[in-house]
Amino acid sequence: MSQATDTDVREDGIIESVSGPVVTARDLDARMNDVVYVGSEGLMGEVIEIEGNITTIQVYEETSGVSPGEPVEGTGSPLSVDLGPGMLDAIYDGVQRPLDVLEEKMGSAFLDRGVDAPGIDLEKTWEFTPEVDEGDEVEAGDIVGTVPETPSIDHKVMVPPDSEGGEVVAIESGNFNVEETVVELDNGEEIQMHQEWPVRQQRPTVEKETPTEPLISGQRVLDGLFPIAKGGTAAIPGPFGSGKTVTQHQLAKWADADIVVYVGCGERGNEMTEVIEDFPELEDPTTGNALMDRTCLIANTSNMPVAARESCVYTGITIAEYFRDMGYDVALMADSTSRWAEAMREISSRLEEMPGEEGYPAYLSARLSEFYERAGYFENINGTEGSVSVIGAVSPPGGDFSEPVTQNTLRIVKTFWALDADLAERRHFPSINWNESYSLYRDQLDPWFEDNVRADWPETRQWAIDTLDEEAELQEIVQLVGKDALPEDQQLTLEIARYLREAWLQQNAFHDVDTFCEPEKTYRIMDAAKTYNDAAFEALDAGVPVEEITDIDAAPRLNRIGVQEDYNEYIDDLEDDIESQLRELY
Amino acid sequence: MKEYQTITEISGPLVFVETDEPVGYDDIVEIELSDGETRRGQVLESASDYVAIQVFEGTEGIDRDASVRFLGETMKMPVTEDLLGRVMDGTGQPIDGGPEIVPDERRDIVGEAINPFSREYPEEFIQTGVSAIDGMNTLVRGQKLPIFSASGLPHNDLALQIARQATVPEEEEEGDDDEGSEFAVIFGAMGITAEEANEFMDDFERTGALERSVVFMNLADDPAVERTITPRLALTTAEYLAFEKDYHVLVILTDMTNYCEALREIGAAREEVPGRRGYPGYMYTDLAQLYERAGRIEGREGSVTQLPILTMPGDDDTHPIPDLTGYITEGQIYIDRDLNSQGIQPPINVLPSLSRLMDDGIGEGLTRADHADVKDQIFAAYAEGEDLRDLVNIVGREALSELDNKYLDFADRFEEEFVDQGTDTARSIDETLELGWDLLSMLPKDALNRIDEDLIEEHYREDETAETVEAEA
Repeated sequence: MSQATDTDVREDGIIESVSGPVVTARDLDARMNDVVYVGSEGLMGEVIEIEGNITTIQVYEETSGVSPGEPVEGTGSPLSVDLGPGMLDAIYDGVQRPLDVLEEKMGSAFLDRGVDAPGIDLEKTWEFTPEVDEGDEVEAGDIVGTVPETPSIDHKVMVPPDSEGGEVVAIESGNFNVEETVVELDNGEEIQMHQEWPVRQQRPTVEKETPTEPLISGQRVLDGLFPIAKGGTAAIPGPFGSGKTVTQHQLAKWADADIVVYVGCGERGNEMTEVIEDFPELEDPTTGNALMDRTCLIANTSNMPVAARESCVYTGITIAEYFRDMGYDVALMADSTSRWAEAMREISSRLEEMPGEEGYPAYLSARLSEFYERAGYFENINGTEGSVSVIGAVSPPGGDFSEPVTQNTLRIVKTFWALDADLAERRHFPSINWNESYSLYRDQLDPWFEDNVRADWPETRQWAIDTLDEEAELQEIVQLVGKDALPEDQQLTLEIARYLREAWLQQNAFHDVDTFCEPEKTYRIMDAAKTYNDAAFEALDAGVPVEEITDIDAAPRLNRIGVQEDYNEYIDDLEDDIESQLRELY
Repeated sequence: MKEYQTITEISGPLVFVETDEPVGYDDIVEIELSDGETRRGQVLESASDYVAIQVFEGTEGIDRDASVRFLGETMKMPVTEDLLGRVMDGTGQPIDGGPEIVPDERRDIVGEAINPFSREYPEEFIQTGVSAIDGMNTLVRGQKLPIFSASGLPHNDLALQIARQATVPEEEEEGDDDEGSEFAVIFGAMGITAEEANEFMDDFERTGALERSVVFMNLADDPAVERTITPRLALTTAEYLAFEKDYHVLVILTDMTNYCEALREIGAAREEVPGRRGYPGYMYTDLAQLYERAGRIEGREGSVTQLPILTMPGDDDTHPIPDLTGYITEGQIYIDRDLNSQGIQPPINVLPSLSRLMDDGIGEGLTRADHADVKDQIFAAYAEGEDLRDLVNIVGREALSELDNKYLDFADRFEEEFVDQGTDTARSIDETLELGWDLLSMLPKDALNRIDEDLIEEHYREDETAETVEAEA
């Protein structure tokens, strides 16, 4: 069976019963959430309940063939991640085992059991450059040196947050592996590049601040209408096929974060493979380096063990917090948090806990809040500022947003991108419903857009929102009486709104140019529609029939702006043509 | 191997046995009845002093005197290339009267997850010859694409048509290459009626497809619990043929709804806390463990493509079975009752249908450069036409603009000419796309805003518009 059963499992306790991923053990002396190794194959698990002499364990691997009487070994420490250089450009499973190393160790394309591997390569050497001198006082969290981890990112080596700190008595420079001591303190403490942190515990910070900078996504509908802040939280709920994953991928590709942690929680295997194959070839729009250089992937596909699915979002956010501590802006995508909630439900039901709404455990809401609250714009304990933005996809059963996971998520997050099956069906992508979605960051981010893009950004956006709102109302009438029964000005509004939808809100993720749209371009397309709007209404006032106004051949060119690389020139010409063609009509 | 005669409780498909030695979770069990009959089962829960066993062939006739043997291993499927051409029952026992199967290997049927790092992204176009699929929702090798159907709809005909016609274009060009991989069909039937089974078998025999097929048959009157292992046997065989013997395997699983009913039955017998509509809370995980066994592996020739069929209770796609399936599979094909009653064959409704792997499987060098644009434009135009149909019912055609009328005509012609092709016609991708252009050319050029201008110049049929304009005039 397993080729990796070379580990002898110490007999700290004895398995009492096995039911799927839930195993109970007798006589095991362990604390809540301690990691244990189960059975003679040493499957990794975590203590989730203690009752008298019986300890309940959720096992992160398949338990076929495991029988009562086999040994259980306690490790005495909670589920932790290995932190240090080597996490970027890596791909992990839900408990931070590197999948490429697993493939090599198992000698197979299939995931075997009982194989463990550290999250970072302990042998590899990195070039360490000190940032402090001997004699300096350092405290917990302080940066003592840097390592060029990838062409994009300098990894900052920090004093572990639980250290007492002290005076530096020795510091090395040069090539070391992550377990060699690079800094020594006067109290005898030795600091390595490698540190560990329990995943269910938030890394300490000084304070949470109000975010004022947007996380630019390069997606017009998001940046333009529903922006998320650096350090903000967003939810993307939508039925299957509405484009959750494509939206998440687009954010992972184009968001202007320093670091992206992508958690595929119960995702499709082929989708993760797509990420693994695509990202190394794509260019990071800000640095020009490979996208993988700033990305850490966690892939716990839907057929991988359910307990590891429960833990993968924690693994992800802990890694994100570690990079935040270095002063980086980190974006974490979790696709999908519903699978995480379902994993909780599955484990809970095996524990025979009293179910809450729709069978989910009563602590669902608490767990979701705990997770999203780990996002934010923070002042770190070393004085730097960094952020963790969390974007969680939600997969509501039957596309019904009233179900518990969506509802509990919406109570916490400040940005809501509602995906719409109807839009997806007519291939309006990204199929984010502009009437239902919202962003509570809009006001606090407006100053940034005014300063960095255009001063009239908020006004122009408001015009676009009003036009789209009016369209939604008019559509209801059109459904009943047809478009031609409307007064001319309303017909014109419908036409303008159509261009806003087609030229501005729609964006082709698979087109080389259109896939990323900088804020300036987002503004200009919106403004071009407004130019058409203003000129058209002037013409209408001058008595030109609405058919002639909408019939000008410059107007359809609005829909092609998205794919133009030199959009400025294109839009300048187009605006001129629109105005002159309309002028000719009266 | 120890034998127990200590059955304490029999309930539905479950048997509880007192034991004094540890028994492995998921292990296989043999139960011998007093009349000598042997049934097989699987350990569902193992505690130090008792085990719960799920009996595949049903618990009828089992009494507390029956003896229970634990075989000390999990369920295995004997696999060999010789399985091709064979017909088995739902537990993998041959029922075609053929020779005994001499396995090359015995494989665990639960199967291990493919390491996402070892997967190869599927992007090889499979030509099914069905325009609504090839043109609009393209299937690629290694994909899992379910057919969402309902009672009384011809999903079986579609599945058979695909199994019959599926080719990969490069194969056609190169002819039968000795080096190339062969195509195999694995058919896993769960709880289908004997009549349906005959329909499949007749078609397999008529077309000679049986030679390259392995059939697993669990019929409607076979024990429900047995259905939970049938797809696993089928997929274990598929993985062996694909990744050891380099076959391109198409796995047809029908009907997943019966499989899920069986899961619910077992869950209820175990007195588990039920999830939505009484289905077990772990159904997502369970289904994922089946569907995710599709794919390609880097460095291996073969592939496993899945075409599961499910009938949506009450035509409701928010029902847990289609819902969970849709979240795991890479798209879905909807069979539509209205189109069926209009006589459209195959009655595929392309609007809610989707193939997630399509975008990487089409385009220049794969299908044709204009494929993506044509598909987008047809979707948009057909959706527009569909919307207008509601309106026409209220205001009538005369109240609509000329363009709106064209969209309406487009929607009608799309269904009658593009989707409707009969079950015996195989269209090449070229034919499908040209047909698409024939239809799109009904619309004025500047309405084709999803298509690149160069492509419009290359393919747009100038005379086509003239014709329709004249016709209207």
